[in-house]
Amino acid sequence: MKLSEIVDVLDASVLTGKNHLEKDIARCGASDLMSDILAGLSEGCILLTGLATVQVIRTAMVAGVGAVVFVRGKKPAPEVIDLAEAQGLPLISSRYSMFVSCGRLHAHNLTGLDGNR
Amino acid sequence: MTGLKKSFYIKARDFNRAGEASISVQNFLKSMNFDPKLIRRIAICGYEGEMNAVMHGGDASLSIEIDSDKLVLEISDDGKGIEDIELAMQAGYSTAADEHREMGFGAGMGLPNMKKNSDQIDVQSQKGQGTQVRMTFLINQGGQAT
Repeated sequence: MKLSEIVDVLDASVLTGKNHLEKDIARCGASDLMSDILAGLSEGCILLTGLATVQVIRTAMVAGVGAVVFVRGKKPAPEVIDLAEAQGLPLISSRYSMFVSCGRLHAHNLTGLDGNR
Repeated sequence: MTGLKKSFYIKARDFNRAGEASISVQNFLKSMNFDPKLIRRIAICGYEGEMNAVMHGGDASLSIEIDSDKLVLEISDDGKGIEDIELAMQAGYSTAADEHREMGFGAGMGLPNMKKNSDQIDVQSQKGQGTQVRMTFLINQGGQAT
């Protein structure tokens, strides 16, 4: 599924990374626990989280995450967005809750980090 | 190529900069064209160790040493130390504070994650005397998941 379709499904706004919306995403990890993302097969995945700290961006960079979605309308501080932008890491923000965001993506055939759905 | 070593300083409780050393290592290894899967494992181990050091460790250093057949990642701090290393290696065991959990860390996954992603791990620590974690990554096994 293209990132641009994920943006539509989540009725989301793109905080940075408008040039990367053609990226293909097949797997999704949803967690506020960064070690879960570091421990999983998170390369190229989309990460859904309710945390909006700089550590989310560093986790995504270290783990090779494809894009980050902040749920419940959260937005990180401008310097956090700048860090992601410098790395070419797309950030999007959805007004939906974690539960509803996951449900919508699952209904569109995204799998978990381990490939199960 | 042997004996090339790079070291980075990690400041205690500087949560804003925590992770920068690991990302520097990641970029450095990328520039040397190491296998991306190997780089990812090293970056994950570095980052978990760096977060541990920032949360618990006092000032610390992170170094990467490149040898012909292996890479060695070492994180050394002068913090409060680990009382029971065996317990600390168990998934889910944690002494982290709420402020750490609010950042998405401190769930007792750090050391187990470092063990999982390295080919060999050695943890030396004593209460009140800091902690040294030394992880070895074999270059010829770089492409394999561990």
